[in-house]
Amino acid sequence: MLISDLDRNALKAHLSGQGLRFRTGPFGVSLRTSIPAIACHIEKLYPHSEALDNDAFIDFHITTNPVSGLRRRLKPQVVFSFDGYKPFKPLPLAQATAAFEWGLNWCIASISHQYLIIHSAVVEKDGLGLMLPGSPGSGKSTLCAALTHSGWRLLSDEMALLSVTDGMIYPVPRPVSLKNQSIQIIKAFAAEAQFGDRVAGTTKGDIEHMYVPEENALQASMGIHAKYLVFPHYQSGCETEVAPLSKGRASMSLIENAFNFNILGHQGFEMISDLVGSLECHDFTYPDLQQALDGIEQITSAKP
Amino acid sequence: MKPVLLIEFLRSRGAGELTKIDTQSYPWELLIRQSRRANLISRVALFLREAGILDDIPTQPRQHYVNALCIAKANARAINWEVRDLYQILRGQNIDFILLKGSAYIWSENSAARGRLFSDVDIMVRKPSLEDAERVLVHSGWMGSTLNSYDQRYYRQWMHEIPPLQHLKRQTTLDLHHSIIPPVSYPDFPAEKLWQLAIPAEDMPGLFVLSHIDMVLHSATHLFHEGEFDQGLRDLSDLDLMIREYILDSVLWEELLARAVELGLELPLYYALNYTQKILDTPVPEQILQKAAQQRSRSHLPDRLLDSLFLVAFVPDHETCRVRGRRVARFLLFIRSHWIKMPWYLLFPHLIRKGWLRLQGENSH
Repeated sequence: MLISDLDRNALKAHLSGQGLRFRTGPFGVSLRTSIPAIACHIEKLYPHSEALDNDAFIDFHITTNPVSGLRRRLKPQVVFSFDGYKPFKPLPLAQATAAFEWGLNWCIASISHQYLIIHSAVVEKDGLGLMLPGSPGSGKSTLCAALTHSGWRLLSDEMALLSVTDGMIYPVPRPVSLKNQSIQIIKAFAAEAQFGDRVAGTTKGDIEHMYVPEENALQASMGIHAKYLVFPHYQSGCETEVAPLSKGRASMSLIENAFNFNILGHQGFEMISDLVGSLECHDFTYPDLQQALDGIEQITSAKP
Repeated sequence: MKPVLLIEFLRSRGAGELTKIDTQSYPWELLIRQSRRANLISRVALFLREAGILDDIPTQPRQHYVNALCIAKANARAINWEVRDLYQILRGQNIDFILLKGSAYIWSENSAARGRLFSDVDIMVRKPSLEDAERVLVHSGWMGSTLNSYDQRYYRQWMHEIPPLQHLKRQTTLDLHHSIIPPVSYPDFPAEKLWQLAIPAEDMPGLFVLSHIDMVLHSATHLFHEGEFDQGLRDLSDLDLMIREYILDSVLWEELLARAVELGLELPLYYALNYTQKILDTPVPEQILQKAAQQRSRSHLPDRLLDSLFLVAFVPDHETCRVRGRRVARFLLFIRSHWIKMPWYLLFPHLIRKGWLRLQGENSH
């Protein structure tokens, strides 16, 4: 059964009761919330997630509720709780959906050490993976969103889950988080793209979550091998430049972008070495989205 | 009180009965949730591995335990690294130091090191070396926290440690002690007696851990003196493990009791023995418990009231083991810890100030 098979009332009843149990990528999540905006968010953006029954194992028990108490009247806030632990300070109630998405990211990154988790978008075409790691502002999410509308399938816009056991990357396809100008750029690029409600004024600016249709995402529980590693750098007005990146530099950059490299220790180092050994690595500077897509096409269609 | 799965698990570990668990039907998810909340998940995972049943657990829950083992390993690696770094810094000035609490357990690889997760490093130097130690640490990247002058004064005047230091790059927190108990509550605590029995580290002159018995006493003092019960069950489990490891025969039991008298720590020792025995089934001989009860000074509150508060306070703070009155119990124990910590003419202004700041904080957010 999928979340879209639940009618709105059943969905809300689960969320405000024992918790809505669903699967995202390899993880079982139970979500409790009394906030209508999050119910809408789930309904709109997670329709293809499998709804889990009561016997299924849950990895993350999450609650995203308004902060109670007197303060609530003056300035309504939302707090994210991972089974009673609150890793973040409360956010304004209007940012509830972002609090849920960031909180779930935090859960995955701080618990799931069966993967080396790299801060990177990952997409796939014809069984070959493309990793786009990058710091905020590099354009990785924008590029990733556009690629999912250009024949690539999404594994994640945020984290590459590199399995400790088999070295493959596993998908955890969730809505793509777009910020500020990127929202307009993608809306102009893909008229069919659907979005959740706008979350204004977060610490990262304005955010909208883009819906990723089932056919645009890799749902398989099988992993893929990455073939291309591209570090995107958006720079307005520059010339497009594709520069090969040495394996050493690529490794160092991946280590910097790994959430749990310190936890995996020696094993993490071996994994990065193996991964980079089989990757074509590039630094990629581009001035706008179209040039970016052309560049990616050029990189991924070049015969070695 | 309804039995708590995590506590039942720890008790059956103590009794050597984990192998009796039916790994296919055991409520693993619940144990994961409660133990993660109590910061005991890595220890639980290690117990499962030691009992030889980790591999029999169904894949999904097993993965959480395997991950928890991984975290504990990384934690120990990081702490040992920090200790070596501190050694380089302090050795350069010929400052001796004793590792305390978690870092001591990890460094000496004792039973309480098992699956111990923590982020603060605790060390103790002799009082006369305190200023030098602080100065050289600050020069080496361990920065003082941005506490206001009131808190600075509070620490330096009344406490057994200076305000926490934090490493500039690694963000590790370092608690620099000169004693194990706040001077405000125990002005003449003979900290030099701890040094007399401290165990030197191999090949690292100047680095020590407390003697086994003092380690137990410090752990007890910390838990029953500080009044912080967020990690109460984890700390109680430390005590349980160390008592089982170190206090092996009647001679050692008598030594433990006598040392508590010598250091004036009879009360925390009594609580430690009483509550590890009551909650975790630690094998404390009946006559030892009676002796410990007799040799302590009377407490301000009747034993039965304290019993009911402590037993509630040690229950993990998880929604599946909610007990009535836990918040009240923890609050009262917090007040109690301050009450025994400082005289009322210091305590009241302190609490009023803290309460006022908290109110202001509430409004400014």
